[in-house]
Amino acid sequence: MPNVKSLDDLKRLRDEALEKRKVKSASGQAQVIVAMGTCGIAAGARDAMKAILDTIESESLTGISVTQTGCIGLCEREPIVQVVIGDQPKVTYGKVTPEIARRIMNEHVVKGNIVADHVIPV
Amino acid sequence: MGGSALINCHRFYALCRAAKRVSVRELALHLLDIAENSVAAKAQNITISVNEDSSADKLEMCVIDDGIGMDEATVVRVVDPFYTSRTTRKVGLGLPFLKQAAEACNGSLQIQSTLRKGTQVKVTFQRSNIDRMPLGDLAGTFLSLLIANPDINWDFNYAVDGREFKFESLPVTQALEGISLTEPSVLTYLRELIESGVAETVFA
Repeated sequence: MPNVKSLDDLKRLRDEALEKRKVKSASGQAQVIVAMGTCGIAAGARDAMKAILDTIESESLTGISVTQTGCIGLCEREPIVQVVIGDQPKVTYGKVTPEIARRIMNEHVVKGNIVADHVIPV
Repeated sequence: MGGSALINCHRFYALCRAAKRVSVRELALHLLDIAENSVAAKAQNITISVNEDSSADKLEMCVIDDGIGMDEATVVRVVDPFYTSRTTRKVGLGLPFLKQAAEACNGSLQIQSTLRKGTQVKVTFQRSNIDRMPLGDLAGTFLSLLIANPDINWDFNYAVDGREFKFESLPVTQALEGISLTEPSVLTYLRELIESGVAETVFA
């Protein structure tokens, strides 16, 4: 249970976040979806997720939504990460290692350049 | 043995061989898998407890949720690899593999459930057993579940020989009043809190 001091820290973080100007990604709200079915977990989805969160922290990327989904039936291509930027169509990446996850964040989410090498047709 | 049962056996062994190539090598990943079942069951509150007791030589993991639950017949069938609730494949390997992993080291898997009330999965291992896989990155599992499912109230508990770490997400989300958990400074706060809490429980 966080002690009172920690909760006060949190409230301060909240106030700072409210004041901070939001730096959106290339062209609109970014959503990153990690598949977390049994097949994904066995293939390394948690480590891909950790790499995504690490990048958000280290590059101070605000306004990025990170969610999960279940098995989408492409178990041989797991770990799978999907990216939706604004109104653009969803892009699905397969066999996402932590390193590829970082590339997806830096090149696609931040700069808007899809990492073509790792896209899989759905 | 009938024709289709024989085919199912071959399929199962093929699946096992395929799964070994990408096998789950940490108990913390099995835990993640079980907790995802609770998320899929639309739980609002999920409690995860991991307890290591060296004098009793036990390692126990427990996931309790208030999701949609299962009837008695389903509880029996969930440990069958060819029973699954997913529509994309005809196999669900998570629980069957976990049951196997537990029984391989003098352990057990117990599932209790009540329809519309919730489910409790408890898996126990003989802690010192040579076949008992390592716990692994427990903090990573807690963080992944919390960040990806911020609307669920998570209770994480980890205890080793009486040293305890507890994390409750509700006071955190209440204090944040709508700020996203993926706000970089909030991520740092949560990661540091959970990582240090778990690490300090392992090493006094």
